[in-house]
Amino acid sequence: MTMDVLEEKTGIKGAHMATAQAAINMQENKPVKMQGKDVCVHYGNKQALFDVNLDIRQNEVTALIGPSGCGKSTFLRCLNRMNDTIDICHVDGDILLDSEDIYDPKIDVVELRARVGMVFQKPNPFPKSIFENVAYGPRIHGLAKNKAELEEIVATSLQRAGLFNEVKDRLDEPGTGLSGGQQQRLCIARAIAVSPEVILMDEPCSALDPIATAKVEELIDELREKYTIVIVTHSMQQAARVSQRTAFFHMGILVEEGFTNDIFTNPEDQRTQDYITGRFG
Amino acid sequence: MFWTYVAILLVLIITAHLLGRTKAVHVAGEDPSKLHSRPGYHGAYLAILTAGPAFITIILWLLVWPGIMEQLVLSRMGDIAEVLSKPELQAFIRDAKAIAFGGIVGFTDAAKEEAARHFASIQQTSQYVESLVLAIMVGVGAYWGYKSIHPALRARHFVERSVMGLLMVCSAVAILTTIGIVLSLIFESLMFFRKVPVLDFVFGMHWSPQSAFEGAGAEAASTDAHIFGAIPLLVGTLLITAIAIFVAAPIGLLSAIYLSDYASAKVRATAKPVLEILAGIPTVVYGFFAALVVAPFIRGWGESLGLSVSSESALAAGLVMGIMIIPFVSSLSDDVINSVPQALRDGSAGLGATKSETIMKVVLPSALPGIVSALILAISRAIGETMIVVMAAGLAANMTINPLEAVTTVTVQIVTLLVGDQEFDSAKTLAAFALGLLLFCITLALNIFALRVVKKYREQYD
Repeated sequence: MTMDVLEEKTGIKGAHMATAQAAINMQENKPVKMQGKDVCVHYGNKQALFDVNLDIRQNEVTALIGPSGCGKSTFLRCLNRMNDTIDICHVDGDILLDSEDIYDPKIDVVELRARVGMVFQKPNPFPKSIFENVAYGPRIHGLAKNKAELEEIVATSLQRAGLFNEVKDRLDEPGTGLSGGQQQRLCIARAIAVSPEVILMDEPCSALDPIATAKVEELIDELREKYTIVIVTHSMQQAARVSQRTAFFHMGILVEEGFTNDIFTNPEDQRTQDYITGRFG
Repeated sequence: MFWTYVAILLVLIITAHLLGRTKAVHVAGEDPSKLHSRPGYHGAYLAILTAGPAFITIILWLLVWPGIMEQLVLSRMGDIAEVLSKPELQAFIRDAKAIAFGGIVGFTDAAKEEAARHFASIQQTSQYVESLVLAIMVGVGAYWGYKSIHPALRARHFVERSVMGLLMVCSAVAILTTIGIVLSLIFESLMFFRKVPVLDFVFGMHWSPQSAFEGAGAEAASTDAHIFGAIPLLVGTLLITAIAIFVAAPIGLLSAIYLSDYASAKVRATAKPVLEILAGIPTVVYGFFAALVVAPFIRGWGESLGLSVSSESALAAGLVMGIMIIPFVSSLSDDVINSVPQALRDGSAGLGATKSETIMKVVLPSALPGIVSALILAISRAIGETMIVVMAAGLAANMTINPLEAVTTVTVQIVTLLVGDQEFDSAKTLAAFALGLLLFCITLALNIFALRVVKKYREQYD
C-alpha cells in the first residue's frame, strides 16, 4: 500500500497516517490462536465452504465480511462446532485451537465451547433474571466454589461488558426486560463469564440501533485486550472500525484476507474491490 | 318445510350476489375502480340483506313457535291446564301433537282429539303466516339493498361487520350453553341441598345412597342425610387421579422431551402419531384391558408378595388411566417444547451447556406454562373419566388411600345413581347433580390454581 492511496481513500493525513501504520506494524507479530485448514462444509449435497484457510490471531478482532449466503457465518459456527446441532451439516478439513484439532473425536465439545464462546445475531437472553443469565455459564462449568465467588464473577463480567452500572440495582429482574442493546451486552457478559479465550460474534449489532451499536463496538475494542474476537458483520464501516484483520468471503470461497486497512484501501482482488465499494452485496 | 325455506334462501343468496355484483359494475360505469368496495362486496352486501333477516326469522321461529303454539292450543281447550298436573299435561300435549303430526301415541281420548285438531289448524295458518313474513322480509331487503347500491356505498364495511356479528353469535352460543349447563347443575343441586344439608354432603364420611329408602318407602321426607357424604368419593377420585398423573406426567413429559430434542425427524414423524393413537382408543377398551389384564396381574403380583389385593383395585384403574392420558401430556408438551426458540438452545449450547443441561435449565422453564396446562388437561380428563373406573376400580365407596383396595369415584357414582328407572325429584337422583356440581367446582379450582402457578413462575421469552 502506498501512502498516497491510503491518504486518498481514508482521508487520514500526515501524523495520523504514521500512527496508523505503526499500529499495523505492531500487530503483525501476534501469535495464531485459531487456524482453519482446507475447511469445507456441506449442508446435505450443497457445499457451503470451499477449502478455507484462515488464521485467527490472538488479541485481535478478525472481521468476516461478504454478501449474504457467502459462508461467513458458517465458518464462524465451525469455530466452536455450533454446526454440530444441524444434522445435515458436514465439516471437512482441520480447525485448530492452540494447534489442537477441535474436530478430533477426543475433544469434548462442552469444553471447547467454554473456551470459544459465542454471541448471536439476535440478543437471546434466557428468560431468567439478569443475575441468572450471567451466572448460567459459571454454574454449569462449576467455576464458582460458593455464592460469593459467583457474585464476584457476575459483577466482573457485567463490568467488562459495560453493563454493570446500568443494571446493578435490578439484578433479579428478568433479562428479557432490558432494551435490545442492553440485552446484547448481557449476552456478551454471559459469554465472558465462563472466561473464554475466543469470542465469536455473529452480526452482534444487526438488531441494534446506532447508539447501542456504538456501545457494543466500543466494548468489542476493549475486550480485544483480553480475548481473541471473530466477528461476522454486514456493515463495512463496522468492520473498518472494530477489526484489525478482515477476511472477505464470496460464494463459499475465502477471496482475500489481511489487515483491515489493506483490505479496505487496497484490495488485491476485483471482487473485494467491488464489494467494499458497494457494487454488489 | 324448514329445508324448503333453506333451499329457497340458498338460491336467493346466489341470485342476489350475482345481481349485486352486476349492478355495482353497472353503476360504476363498467369501471370497478370507481367503487368504494369491490363488486364482490356489493354482491355479498345484497345477499346478506336479502337472506339474513329471513334466516334469523326462521331460527327464531323454530325456537319460539312450538311454545307459542302449545299456549294457543291450551287457551282454546279451556280449563284443561288447571285440571291436569304438570307431567300429565306434558303427556297430553305430546299425545295431541302425535295425533296431529304423526308419531307414537300413548292413548287417545276426546280431549286429545280436539287438541290435535287445534294443533293441525294452527299449524296450517302459521305456515302461511311464516311464508308471508319471510317473503316480505326477502322482498323488502332485496329491494332496499338493490336500490342502495351506488359507487360510494361502503359495502365492504357492512360485510365485515356482518361477519363479525356471525362470529360473535357463534361464540355466544358456546358460552351461553356452558352457562346454561352450570345454572341447571346449580338449580338441581339446590333442590338436593333442601333435602340433604350442604355440610352433610360435602363433609360426610359415609356414602351409600342405595340404602336411602330402605324400609321407609320413597318418601323424600324420610331421606337419611348421613348416607350422602361425598368425602369417600372425593378420596377415591383423588387417589385414582394421583396414580394416573404419577404414571402419565413423567412418561409423557420425558417422551415429549425425547421427541422434540433427541429423536431424529424420521422417528418423530412416526412416533408422534403412534402416541396420539393412544388418545383415540375408546375408554371402554381401556376399561376391559384394566379389568381383565391389569387388575388380575396386580392381584397375582400382590399375593406373591403376601399383600391382600382386592380384585378390583384403585391401582389397576389408576395405572391404565395413566396410560390413557399419556398422549395428552406428551403431545401438548412436545408442541410447547418445540415452540421454545432455537436461539435460546443455541445460546445455551454456545456457553458449553450439554443438551440435557440446556433442556433442564432453559427449555423446560421456558415451556413451563404450556407443560402445566397440558398436565391440567390430563388431570381434568382423569377426574372426569368413568369407564375405566367402573370396570376396574369397583363401586364400593371405601374410605381408603390404600391403592390396593377397591374405591369408587364421583363420576362412577353419578352413573350408578342415574342408571335405571328413577324419579327425577328423589334425593338419590338429585345427588347426581350435586356430585356433578362438586366435580365442576374441583376442576374449576384446579384450573384457577394452575393459572396462578403459571403466572407466577412463567419465564417469558418474547
